[in-house]
Amino acid sequence: MVQMTINGKVVKAPDGEMLLTVIRRQGIDVPALCDHAAVEPCGSCRMCLVEITREDWNGWKKYVTSCLYPSENGLIVSTHTPELQEIRRNIMDLYLARCPGSELVQKMAEEYGLTRTSYKTIPEGDNCIMCYACTRICEVLGRNAISAVHRGHAKVISGPFDDPPPDCIGCLSCANICPTDVIEWHDQDGTRAIWGRTFDLISCRQCGKGIITRDFAEYLKEKRQIPADYFEICDDCKRVELARKMGGLVDLAKEVAS
Amino acid sequence: MRIDSIEKLDKWRKECRRTFEAPKRKVIVCLGEGCLANGSEEVFNEFKKLVAEKKIPDVTVESVAKTGCHGFCALGPLVIIEPDGTFYTKVSKGDVAKIVDKTLIGHEIIDKLLYTDAKTAEKVANYEKIPFYARQQRISLRHCGTIDPHKITDYIAVGGYAALGKALTTMTPQQVIDEITKSGLRGRGGAGFPTGKKWATCAKAPADVHYVICNGDEGDPGAFSDRTTMGSDPHSVLEGMIICAYAVGSHQGYIYVREEYPLAVVTLQKAIDEAKQHGLLGEHILGTELSFDIKISRGGGAFVCGESSALMRSVAGEVGEPRAKYIRSVIKGLHDQPTVLNNVETYATVPAIVERGADWFAGIGTKKSTGTKVFSLAGKIKNTGLVEVPMGITLREIIFDIGGGVPDGRKFKAVQTGGPSGGCLPEGKIDLPVDFDSLTEAGSMMGSGGMVIMDDRTCMVEVARYFLSFLVSESCGKCVPCREGLYQLRELCAKVCDGEATEEDLALMERLAKTIKVGSLCGLGQSGPNPFLSTLLYFRDEYLAHIRDKKCPGGVCRKLITYAITDACTGCMACISVCPVHAITGERKKKHVLDKNICDRCGSCYAVCKFDAIEIS
Repeated sequence: MVQMTINGKVVKAPDGEMLLTVIRRQGIDVPALCDHAAVEPCGSCRMCLVEITREDWNGWKKYVTSCLYPSENGLIVSTHTPELQEIRRNIMDLYLARCPGSELVQKMAEEYGLTRTSYKTIPEGDNCIMCYACTRICEVLGRNAISAVHRGHAKVISGPFDDPPPDCIGCLSCANICPTDVIEWHDQDGTRAIWGRTFDLISCRQCGKGIITRDFAEYLKEKRQIPADYFEICDDCKRVELARKMGGLVDLAKEVAS
Repeated sequence: MRIDSIEKLDKWRKECRRTFEAPKRKVIVCLGEGCLANGSEEVFNEFKKLVAEKKIPDVTVESVAKTGCHGFCALGPLVIIEPDGTFYTKVSKGDVAKIVDKTLIGHEIIDKLLYTDAKTAEKVANYEKIPFYARQQRISLRHCGTIDPHKITDYIAVGGYAALGKALTTMTPQQVIDEITKSGLRGRGGAGFPTGKKWATCAKAPADVHYVICNGDEGDPGAFSDRTTMGSDPHSVLEGMIICAYAVGSHQGYIYVREEYPLAVVTLQKAIDEAKQHGLLGEHILGTELSFDIKISRGGGAFVCGESSALMRSVAGEVGEPRAKYIRSVIKGLHDQPTVLNNVETYATVPAIVERGADWFAGIGTKKSTGTKVFSLAGKIKNTGLVEVPMGITLREIIFDIGGGVPDGRKFKAVQTGGPSGGCLPEGKIDLPVDFDSLTEAGSMMGSGGMVIMDDRTCMVEVARYFLSFLVSESCGKCVPCREGLYQLRELCAKVCDGEATEEDLALMERLAKTIKVGSLCGLGQSGPNPFLSTLLYFRDEYLAHIRDKKCPGGVCRKLITYAITDACTGCMACISVCPVHAITGERKKKHVLDKNICDRCGSCYAVCKFDAIEIS
């Protein structure tokens, strides 16, 4: 355990735990747009910047992204100085120019008193805030099907060479983790369309509803050692069957009791 | 032949020196990139052909030698006749026959091909007397232009790999590190981190594998010194890296070179192969316990890959994006192992320090910035090229004494140092001593030593817009302040150039610049607003002229200027023929008339007029 000071309060934390986690455990609300518990931090949104210093730094201080800075003994952390709030406000101002339609961005910008951007609204902007949550979760799954392509201001999330990603298995992890719901997909007639690709869905043997893409089922069978017949029946039907079995058990118990 | 001991190296050196010094007279043709682009290969081949035909007693085919870059790229192709040091400039294939007949056979100097001193208007025969060379002190570029970069024997002849031999046989790794620390050498890539300290930290970092990487990415527009060093003296870089490997205990090194430097890649690969063949690289170097290999890693030419963490990801085969460096790369770098990353120039300097001692190096330059630094002079300057000077020399000496000043009788306005992330310094700073700390203090930086000189026909707002555009297209796009912030800053700068900005916009730009500086993830973003901030610091009046008066003092911003024809017009019709929108009318030998309503201010007439009769206001 190490000992630090956060906003004047002495705090203990496991050595190396990222500052953002420690700060939030103290009930202090430091904003972040790219942080997600399921994936490694990447430091792209810069909203979680905090100011750090140490006794032996003789007044020298620096700004670091708390999601990526490990706890260490003797750190003195400030999370809401006027300078930090000004930086966060400017960053939200930039987000508002890029993603004016995103409710998440609008809501966070409002917390800094911003209803419209001070900058030029970007014509080709959409609701993608480039937080990389989708590419990072894809990496966690070991697929790396999508990534950021192009560079700088033209950067977008896409498959390799901006083509439909050959390694995608249609698992929807990216769409589910996306904080601004910008990743489009739809299921129709036993197929799922996402990232410009179409996948076959396994249909439930009982109700006929699409359960999972065949590719994702294969992946899970192999990687997670899930029995081959696991995906033959959908979760709803499994529940119904289980309830029926449980009901049978109750009847049996009643029979035994009487 | 495998060189597996110091004795063998010394013996080999004697042989190499004999061959190298054998021709009494030498014809040296520069085959550096600048001269090559101007046709020096043809010149070289023509010399070989004619010398073979003429059968001159003291000049044989072996006397015709090619070398790497001499640095004076503005005057290429360059030919030097030794031992007299006769320096011929802008030599074409057609001049060769004359040089062979008059100079090689007749021992006569051809005045027409000599350098003309800009100040005295006199012809200078010997290159050592040309101010461009006379004021330089060459350490990192010590062999550039004297040896054939494709021959390891040339490098051995001029004392190559002696420093490596000294380090391996008479010094411990710690002593090497101490020597570099004592020399005060600071990283030549731009940030100026003490090299000895970097090596010491890496050597101490506990791990089985340590890496040594050479940064040859050199992405700054206007900088070309690393390209020259790699292409003209590759073994110096290799030798510096091997010494570093010995000091930090590394077995594998990489040279990261951008794909846009194809000649450097070929030359380096040849050097690596030759060094391996002779046992100076690979297993048991010089018969000692040290085994070290170097591979070339070619980059795609992304500016951000010059940043250490992005470079290492690129070497590892990943996308070249930086990561937050709260654990430094000397502890956890390439493949998460301790890694030393130094610039080409730094490595090229190392053998000289090891050979001649830390005290010699520390005695050059200033106390906090020791040694020399290579600068690439480009832009509005007479002597475009590479110069190496002691640290602490003033900008005035570099630009005016060595660089020859601004051409075409125009006035010096500013110098941009440190590449796109550096800053512009005005005339008032011309006597600033050039070292790491003074440049940073003045709001610019050393960077990789690029110097772009600007004259009074430059608009500083437009300059800021240009450099910001470069950074916008080179930003990797990972973090918001850099990706979105630089874009918006560039847009606002363009608004100033168009005369549409307000003073509130300027205040917004200043706020935004601060956020980008503090909030960005890597050095690219953190220094990204510098082109704007430094021009604003020294040329605020120019910004205000665009905003308040809707005027461009440099006469560059198209929306704010008008062209007119003055009485100096001789009626030569030149402007009429080039005007793409037919805004100029008139007859031969009568003053022409320009219709401001049709003119779209492209500047073609201004460029073509030989009588200074086009006025911009």
